[in-house]
Amino acid sequence: MAEMTPEEIKTKKPYLEWGLTQKEYDYICDELLQRLPNYTETGLFSVMWSEHCSYKKSKPVLRLFPTKNERVLQGPGEGAGIVDIGDGLAVVFKAESHNHPSAVEPYEGAATGVGGILRDIFSMGARPVASLDSLHFGELTDARTKYLVNGVVAGIGGYGNCMGIPTVGGEMTFDECYRGNCLVNAMSVGLMEQKDMQKGRAAGVGNAVIYVGAKTGRDGIHGATFASSDFSDEKETQRSAVQVGNPFMEKLLMEACLKLTHDHKDWLVGIQDMGAAGIASSSCEMASKADSGLVLELDKVPQRESEMSAYEIMLSESQERMLLCVHKGYEEKVIELFKDFDLEAVVIGRVTDDGQYLLKHHGQVVCDIPVKTLTDDVLEEPSQEKVPQRLLKAKEMPHWVPTITEPKQTLLELLQQPTIASKEMFTQTYDSQVRTSTVLGPGSDAGVIRVRKTNKALAMTTDGNGRFIYLDPKIGGQMVVAEACANIISSGALPLAMTDCLNYGDPNDPEIYYELHHSVAGMAQACEVFDTPVISGNVSLYNETNGEAIYGTPMVGMVGLIEDVLRIIPSTVKNAGDALYLVGPKTKADFSGSEIQKMQTGKIFGALNELDLPNLNKIMKQLLTAMQTGLVTSSHDASEGGLGVCLAETLFNSELGAKVTLNLSSSEFFSETPGRFIVSVPQNKRTEFEKTLGAAQSFLGEVDSMPKLAVTLTDAEFEVEVSEAQKLWEEAIPCLMKSKD
Amino acid sequence: MTDVRIYVTYKESVFDPQGDTIKQAIHALGHDEVKDVKVGKFFDVTLDPSKKDIETAVKEVAEELLVNFNLETYRYEIMEEA
Amino acid sequence: MKIAVVVFPGSNCDIDLYEALHTVLNADVEYVSHKCEDLSDFDAVMLPGGFSYGDYLRCGAIARFSKVMPEIVKMAQAGKPVFGTCNGFQILTEAGLLPGALKQNDSLKFVCKTVPLRVENTKTPFTHQYQQDEVIKLPIAHADGSYFADEATLSELEANGQVVFRYAGENPNGSLHDIAGICNKQGNVLGMMPHPERAVEALLGNEDGLRVFKSLLENGTVKTEES
Repeated sequence: MAEMTPEEIKTKKPYLEWGLTQKEYDYICDELLQRLPNYTETGLFSVMWSEHCSYKKSKPVLRLFPTKNERVLQGPGEGAGIVDIGDGLAVVFKAESHNHPSAVEPYEGAATGVGGILRDIFSMGARPVASLDSLHFGELTDARTKYLVNGVVAGIGGYGNCMGIPTVGGEMTFDECYRGNCLVNAMSVGLMEQKDMQKGRAAGVGNAVIYVGAKTGRDGIHGATFASSDFSDEKETQRSAVQVGNPFMEKLLMEACLKLTHDHKDWLVGIQDMGAAGIASSSCEMASKADSGLVLELDKVPQRESEMSAYEIMLSESQERMLLCVHKGYEEKVIELFKDFDLEAVVIGRVTDDGQYLLKHHGQVVCDIPVKTLTDDVLEEPSQEKVPQRLLKAKEMPHWVPTITEPKQTLLELLQQPTIASKEMFTQTYDSQVRTSTVLGPGSDAGVIRVRKTNKALAMTTDGNGRFIYLDPKIGGQMVVAEACANIISSGALPLAMTDCLNYGDPNDPEIYYELHHSVAGMAQACEVFDTPVISGNVSLYNETNGEAIYGTPMVGMVGLIEDVLRIIPSTVKNAGDALYLVGPKTKADFSGSEIQKMQTGKIFGALNELDLPNLNKIMKQLLTAMQTGLVTSSHDASEGGLGVCLAETLFNSELGAKVTLNLSSSEFFSETPGRFIVSVPQNKRTEFEKTLGAAQSFLGEVDSMPKLAVTLTDAEFEVEVSEAQKLWEEAIPCLMKSKD
Repeated sequence: MTDVRIYVTYKESVFDPQGDTIKQAIHALGHDEVKDVKVGKFFDVTLDPSKKDIETAVKEVAEELLVNFNLETYRYEIMEEA
Repeated sequence: MKIAVVVFPGSNCDIDLYEALHTVLNADVEYVSHKCEDLSDFDAVMLPGGFSYGDYLRCGAIARFSKVMPEIVKMAQAGKPVFGTCNGFQILTEAGLLPGALKQNDSLKFVCKTVPLRVENTKTPFTHQYQQDEVIKLPIAHADGSYFADEATLSELEANGQVVFRYAGENPNGSLHDIAGICNKQGNVLGMMPHPERAVEALLGNEDGLRVFKSLLENGTVKTEES
């Protein structure tokens, strides 16, 4: 079976199915190469110029993010971002989406998502120490969604548990818009000594390019290519779009790579994960970053299947592979090191200085183009944007306020909403404790990991709320960053920096591009105010089914630093008699997009109130000061379900209760005004606490030894047994997962 | 070369939670005719008959590694001589 | 006392055992490769949790053919303390150093949580600092922790007092007789699914596992009932 000739490609236009536009193809032929690209070259352009590799659609928007401050050691552009945490140490983190693969094959899709993000971390020379996830599914009422949930959760656990990386936090929400397109975002956090920092670069003429890890198969080659009429049926059955993960191989790969980067830095020039677009993207990015050229001998690439074409070898997304650039003369030592871990390492090429990307296969040159054409010359096309109709209408609508007759009943119902209810059924299938450093695990506002050999700890969280983006992209964008900050602060940590996964629909739709643009602008504003630069991230577009897009859902993964492990703040109250305070801005009628709105009306609508970001930042920093000076015993931030849910949750698993009086109405009790916390304070610290927080605090009552929540509102009062509330909260999801529809 | 398929299953007395769960799922689909489900695994092993007697080799491999006699038992089929 | 923590390909709780002994208890402990063929320098050996060889085939089934295993058998036979937690327990049963086997949990799922256990044998080198029938809390984290043995073996274990730890609350995995950990007849080889090494620091909220290691370090060898 012969591949199409360059002339046939020009006439049959297979590149249109591979994602290249006619304009891009013409630009490649006429401007960049001044000749027709062959089959392999056309394939390389189509993957390297895809959104996933080139960010051609999102680049103008991504430039809005602040990416630097005095702590940032490595911003976007490498496998993961790096932040200084003092003591010569650094924290390394990144998040990545695996939405489309998870929708097709949830177990392997989620598992390989975890695998990919872990490789990004250890390719920087850091040891992964914790994982988090951010999962958004359709409503838990249909069988397909339950199948996806079970598969995704099992995949995350299956891979992470085997790797021995604790899954310490995450979020899971349910909304109809994710039914056809679930979102599976994984984040990994690593620790390293700053002296061990690595970069993905291939420099120095004659240095070796070494392939390490699993063999290359036909898995994960871009789906569009399958449809090409030039593949026979027989051949098609040999192809598999779904990548299958092998966490055991990855564990060996991680240990071997860390040994290499820590003990034998002098052998190594650069190292990079083979992620999306496999050898193609890793090798040309490494060369491009160093302004080098490469010559690769594809026959030397370890192959799992027979008769693979150059195109297939280059584009395969087989898992558990890394690409190294090694100083000339150290090849055998590196190969030996990997062999000691039962891993195959093979020299597949050399660095050149002519800037050309030269690939040889079966004795023929199959690609000879400038490296930079693949990495730097992508056509950035300005996108059209248009304000979505619904946003214009929302501004004119009156603010919706819920009618609450029995606040106790409303609270108990809210606690059973899947987005609020306990996720323990899922999180207890993740090993959250391996490496014995997890101080706070799943269920806390943020996961907290202590840093061995120091007095420090790291807090980490993932947050995404598509509902607010849907109602107002800009304010929604601000809110998602504010919520992540609130979770970090609530655990006693100073927010350091963040990563993101930008999950949206088709950006060629001007209304969706508007959402992308304005939500990122909102996020960027909040990042400036909170001083949390974006140090890494990923973009997932085209999350649509039958023309129905998901709510634009930017996921924020944030990491914070706690200077003293003794000042880690749990989200559960600790001592009877402690005073309870509400900290934050004044509670307003924030019901648009709230959980109570969805529960009572079955939909979300209305306009969002403006956010006073500088004021939020001021309050959060005051709270942090109070925490750092030992004035706070516990803190829980109020998000979905407002103060009502927050109060109940802060009592769960404490065997304690609370008596509180709030100067709020029954409806305001469930308002979701951002940036509020319920905080417990020892009696002898009250004066100092009140002084530190000033006007941002109000006294609510006390933690009670009787496990009862007694609430007095301006228009109602009620009592509820904590155990009753907790039982409903715990059983809601297991009950939904079990029920047959 | 000879291809042999070795089947490893739980012993009769060992509770098979996976089989039990699958049985319930089958019943949920309305197949009351299904009385029991047992999950096992099989290994396709290609052997060189010139090196060792096939039956002896299979027995050794199965009993040394593939089977845990605390829980499991096995049988095998000689598939074909290629 | 010099203690070896064996690292198999895929072990991942090796750091937990090592840090519990090294950092928390200041003990003399070393990581030892699965390829090591001489453990004569060591007084005790510990097999960590994790996923040796990816848990492929059966948990622990491939690890038991490691080069280090004959040395571990030698130490067990010599009456030296041998300890396995989680995957380490699975390897000890696969190797025949402990009777029975660990099956997949009845829930078919991995489970990570803290559970109550009763300490039923305080004569082993790992448990002599606990009170007889004391109830402690330890984390479990496994997918294949359901202990199985035939009736005769179970009766023998019970009769000899070889059940060292028993689940004292809800049985988390379907294990027979609620067994969480057992020892050999001599008492010097102990395997358990729970992770005492994860419960050795107040910072992480639980110190109930500390005495497993203190028992070993303080008169661990003396208590061994070796003939």
